Amino acid sequence: MIEPMTESAWRRTTAQVVLYVILILLAVIFLTPVYMVLITSFKHPETINLATSWNLPETFYWQSYLEVLEEFAPRIRNSAILVVVATLLSSMLGSVNGYVFAKWRVPGQRILFPLMLFGMFIPYQAILIPLFEFMRDIDLYGGLAGLILIHTVYGLPITTLIFRNFYVDIPNEMLEASAIDGADFFRMYGEIVFPLSIPGFVVVIIWQFTQIWNEFLFAVTMTSTASQPITVGLAQLAGGEAVKWNLPMAGAVVAALPPLLVYIILGRYFIRGLLAGSVKG
Amino acid sequence: MYSQRDRFVAFLMLMPSIALIGIFVYGFILQAINTSLQDWGTNPIANPPLSVDVVKSYVGGANYSAIMTDLLEFSFRNSLINTFFFTLFFVGGCVLVGLFLALLLDQKIVGEAFFRTVFLFPMSLSFVVTGTIWRWMLQPGGGINILPSFIGLEPITFQWMSSRQTWLGFEWAQVPTLLTYAGLAILAFLAVNYALSGKRRPLIYVIVAAVVLLTVWLAGWWEYIWLPLDTPEAEPSIAPKGFNAALIGVIIAAVWQMSGYTMAMFLAGIRGVPEEMREAARVDGCSTLGVYRYVVLPQLNPIILSAMIVLGHISLKIFDLVFAMAGPDNAQTIVPGILVYTEGFRENSFSKASAIAMIMLSLVAVIIVPYLWTQLRDEK
Repeated sequence: MIEPMTESAWRRTTAQVVLYVILILLAVIFLTPVYMVLITSFKHPETINLATSWNLPETFYWQSYLEVLEEFAPRIRNSAILVVVATLLSSMLGSVNGYVFAKWRVPGQRILFPLMLFGMFIPYQAILIPLFEFMRDIDLYGGLAGLILIHTVYGLPITTLIFRNFYVDIPNEMLEASAIDGADFFRMYGEIVFPLSIPGFVVVIIWQFTQIWNEFLFAVTMTSTASQPITVGLAQLAGGEAVKWNLPMAGAVVAALPPLLVYIILGRYFIRGLLAGSVKG
Repeated sequence: MYSQRDRFVAFLMLMPSIALIGIFVYGFILQAINTSLQDWGTNPIANPPLSVDVVKSYVGGANYSAIMTDLLEFSFRNSLINTFFFTLFFVGGCVLVGLFLALLLDQKIVGEAFFRTVFLFPMSLSFVVTGTIWRWMLQPGGGINILPSFIGLEPITFQWMSSRQTWLGFEWAQVPTLLTYAGLAILAFLAVNYALSGKRRPLIYVIVAAVVLLTVWLAGWWEYIWLPLDTPEAEPSIAPKGFNAALIGVIIAAVWQMSGYTMAMFLAGIRGVPEEMREAARVDGCSTLGVYRYVVLPQLNPIILSAMIVLGHISLKIFDLVFAMAGPDNAQTIVPGILVYTEGFRENSFSKASAIAMIMLSLVAVIIVPYLWTQLRDEK
């Protein structure tokens, strides 16, 4: 009786060990690029050399970060303004849209909602050239205001979707009760829907923040030198042929840090945004 | 229940967003279609040198037939082939790695939150950041390439971003035939599936589709859909077709970045399988693997399909990763997303860029429209 039990216990232990070895190995593989970026960014440019690319820095050289921050300063400012304004605008509009789509049966909604959602799947290359002409015609081409408008508009489908899926779960009875109390469209939103939607706002704001901060296509085609966001700066820093790798690596860390921090601190909400992209909440 | 006035207010509040999407998505798409049917100041008679205003004229499908048939326009055809292989390996890689990670993490792991965070963090990065990092990781003579030498093996000498090697070579003129074979194979697979499970209606659709495909192929109608090259004999030598080895590095970086996404989706799906169902299977004598094979995976199928569609449409429009890793002018790794940028914003060939963009849009629409349709229909 005892013999087979210990054997199966032993087998289970082996399986557990194998499992953790595989997991740790995979974690190491996933983190290897982080190691490479960090060590290279802290190396003195003179000591960066392909053959020793895995070695830890001999001296701790952090001046690359100063250099990058100085060069990126206007781009970081641009990205910050862009992200804050476009995120707020698109989440506020998205919240109202989501409220209407979830709780008010507007005429044509069964067509309007999918037509709106389709906007988040299109390749933006498809609208890039007309967008360029349009922005030039209304005199917003090349400036930060134009980029804010672009990100606000193309953020509408996803923000609307997330808020709609969020609001569908609010019981209709709550709204009906307040309608009987004489609440109108705006009071119902202000008194019931909005106070309940703080987690929804967190999900949407995090999502829009990372998306807009990381975006590159509009950033590289719709800006002038003065209004470039950080991703364009990084691409230029890393794009040249004879690059000193300490700078692109420090730049990558700087560009990656804000979304990475958001992800690490608010990961749960980030994942909810991620899964919302597959339409069903 | 709600007052008529409030309904009207609700409609009014929606209007600004509808108008913006109407203009910025649908208006612009129509305009891009329009541009793709014109020449953009390339007519020398209508546009004498130094003229300020561009005179455009309609040229019908000339831009489309040019990128499909003109000897010199091979970049677009190569970019289509690249997109095909990139999509295949990127989506396949993400699904397999994500599934593996999700199954591992489902084993009541100590520190699950830590591992989940590690596997998912690349998702939060910009493709530009990922591209920059992996370009450094794959530098010839450094990074990954010298890893084998630490255990006494030869270093890797593969030229990740600039290799000119191709595998699975074929000629552009063979594509209709290959598409027909692939289509028939898929239809045959579906037909067997439906026949075995006794679903008659889908089976009939599949048979009809197969008959249509065979007719198009045998009657030689492909040449109206897939325009034949102007000089088919020259294409293989100046622009060979196949899986470009230079894409491998981009695929690795993309899978590193996105497999956390499939893992998160699959893990959510696995956790959604009621414990009672698993328990029942175990009582019926299923092994741990058997529970996954017969209980969990079938429940996961729709999620896998969703993930494939979301990843597929990302890969059809991939731009920033290739831009940051291989540069916009790398012929070996060219993709349509980059061609629209270089043709439109550097060469000022707006019409050609629009034609390429419209083909990209159609490819995305082919997978996204049915997806949206079924997702939203199920909801009602």
